[in-house]
Amino acid sequence: MANMNPKKNPMPVQDSAVRSRNFDEVALGYTAEQAMDEAKRCLNCKNRPCVAGCPVKIYIPDFIARVAEGDFAGAYRIIAEASSLPAVCGRVCPQENQCEGKCVRGIKGEPVAIGRLERFVADWHNANASGSVERPAANGHKVAVIGSGPAGLACAGDLAKKGYAVTVFEALHLAGGVLVYGIPEFRLPKAIVQKEIEGLKALGVEVVTNTVVGKTVSIDELMQEQGFEAVFIGTGAGLPKFMGIPGENLKGVYSANEFLTRINLMKAYRADSTTPVQHAKRVAVVGGGNVAMDAARCAKRLGAEVYIVYRRGMEELPARREEIEHAMEEGIVFKTLCNPTEILGYRNEGDRRDPKNGFVTGMKCVEMELGEPDASGRRRPVVKEGSEFVLEVDSVIMALGTSPNPLIKSTTKGLATEKWGGIVANEQGLTSREGIWAGGDAVTGAATVILAMGAGKNAAAAIDTYLQGK
Amino acid sequence: MFEILKKQELNPTVTRMDIYAPAVAKKAEPGQFIILRTHADGERIPLTIADFDRETGRVTVIFQVVGATTERLNHMNVGDCLQDFVGPLGRATHTDGLRKVAVVGGGVGCAIAYPVAKKLHSLGCEVHAIVGFRSKELVILEKEFEENSTRTVKMSDDGSWGTQGLVTDALRTLIESGEQYDEVITIGPLVMMKFVCALATKYGVKCVASMNPIMIDGTGMCGGCRLSVGGKTVFACVDGPEFDGALIDFDEAIERSSMYRDFERHRYEESCNLFAKEVE
Repeated sequence: MANMNPKKNPMPVQDSAVRSRNFDEVALGYTAEQAMDEAKRCLNCKNRPCVAGCPVKIYIPDFIARVAEGDFAGAYRIIAEASSLPAVCGRVCPQENQCEGKCVRGIKGEPVAIGRLERFVADWHNANASGSVERPAANGHKVAVIGSGPAGLACAGDLAKKGYAVTVFEALHLAGGVLVYGIPEFRLPKAIVQKEIEGLKALGVEVVTNTVVGKTVSIDELMQEQGFEAVFIGTGAGLPKFMGIPGENLKGVYSANEFLTRINLMKAYRADSTTPVQHAKRVAVVGGGNVAMDAARCAKRLGAEVYIVYRRGMEELPARREEIEHAMEEGIVFKTLCNPTEILGYRNEGDRRDPKNGFVTGMKCVEMELGEPDASGRRRPVVKEGSEFVLEVDSVIMALGTSPNPLIKSTTKGLATEKWGGIVANEQGLTSREGIWAGGDAVTGAATVILAMGAGKNAAAAIDTYLQGK
Repeated sequence: MFEILKKQELNPTVTRMDIYAPAVAKKAEPGQFIILRTHADGERIPLTIADFDRETGRVTVIFQVVGATTERLNHMNVGDCLQDFVGPLGRATHTDGLRKVAVVGGGVGCAIAYPVAKKLHSLGCEVHAIVGFRSKELVILEKEFEENSTRTVKMSDDGSWGTQGLVTDALRTLIESGEQYDEVITIGPLVMMKFVCALATKYGVKCVASMNPIMIDGTGMCGGCRLSVGGKTVFACVDGPEFDGALIDFDEAIERSSMYRDFERHRYEESCNLFAKEVE
């Protein structure tokens, strides 16, 4: 008998007043009872719109049916067939635009909480599964994957399952890409990411850290000297953007990448960390996407009063609704229809050696109003005359988006790229060079974890076809 | 792992270490740098490559003990392994077509100036090495500079080594005596580089400065190492570390370098206390 409650079972969360002071995970996850009860809300409808909404095509109603029966191991097997990183996706996928966005139950009420159920199943597996994974028989082909973010890991996982000898090259000292340097601990615990990576290693994937492809070794060397027959580029979009306004090089101005890397990868929030980060009193985060929310919520946890400064309105914020709600609950102030024009710094004209010189003291902003829709379909913000004011802050974090790193492009001859830096690739991810595929943010520009995973999987399938035909 | 093959104290606060890192050694060029971590949970610090040997896979770094991480590094010994060692990062020094160059190094910056001088010298370029230290006790690489330059000009603040005075005094004297350089390459403290660049520019000589700002990843990802050069924001890690000295906003760079001064001083004192305890 289906559970006809129009609402999802609520996700247990840490209280907002408590969590805004710690870096522990905000959402605590369903209990087995909550999960089984929620699973019964699925009508197991025939045309399965949810599956069509999933970039990696998980057989969603099937796994949910297993959850409803209490067969969590069976549910995990179904998810794992399609997804390499279920514990990650259950946490960070924008389900409202994907599987849940298409759910029939969402027409009159809330959709089935597919993301929460996926997370429950993955966490149950990680807590209860008895380790040994069967390593597939080697097929004798070597594939190199560049970048250990979601695209690279998904590609590596699928190829390893087919018996390829896969080596993943990572520039940083730790694998995971944006999952470890970008997304904060309280949204995606790093232990979960490492567990997923350990799972890939158990399948035979080799992870080589401290290797900057394009510097330490080139793609051509990998193919010609090291015997890799195919290469997948999943190097993401890691280059931060700045606004180009005066004062952006003052002390206390960070790119969101730098701020988040200091906190997430380098653990600067811990008292014993060797990596410093400014513990500001008042912080302005410029931008309205998920990265802006992450940066704002990290700054809050370091003890600051935090403002999100965004040039359009609340409705236009590109971040996930859930992230915006969590940020608001934690006391982050949204200054929408507001655009910075200059960052102001301390300057003691009488003493050039004053140590306070060059630190941020405020941000000059103008108020905006929404005009006619622009090319993106969103109403274009225009400056309100005479509305200039100064927001008093001692730190500014620029979360304006990122673009692909030019390092691979500049060191790989014949690799075609778009004007804005993205690598040109077809639907299967094949680039302009034979034997080289690419996918994820390196191709699309900054997007989501799950789209990158989908691209990694598509490329893995294409690489398999290519190498089997060789 | 990245084993320490050799360790040599060059002066009381400056140490030379040879690290086994064949992949880095294979690609390294003068002017490039590496990033290392001494231990898990350690800080990532950039150090310029002072020398390398492609055959043996050796990469040499020379560092001054200035903070907690360099203090910890200085306590490591031959046979110990570094946690991480990645590179070579940044662009190599541009040496093509240079026939006569003044290489101006100051303090521990001489460790970076040396491989540049060596490469130019090996290419048949006339190298005038102008090297300056506060005093005789702090001198490093004296023999190496003598062997890899046409002329070595030694300067010290207190006159205890070479001639008393600043490297800018020596450079001015040489230029005014009619020496015509294709380029001046300078590496050292920011204030020194600022004045070397100003001097060279005044005499119409192109000047290149090697910048070493605060950075994390070294691949262009964080933007923490940004500088203003010719009014544009650039990232030292991928666009540099060397830039046209006439265009660098040195005052801004000097200010930015002090961002974490309090934190670093605090951590350094903590780690010194820790090591002092271990010794007791």
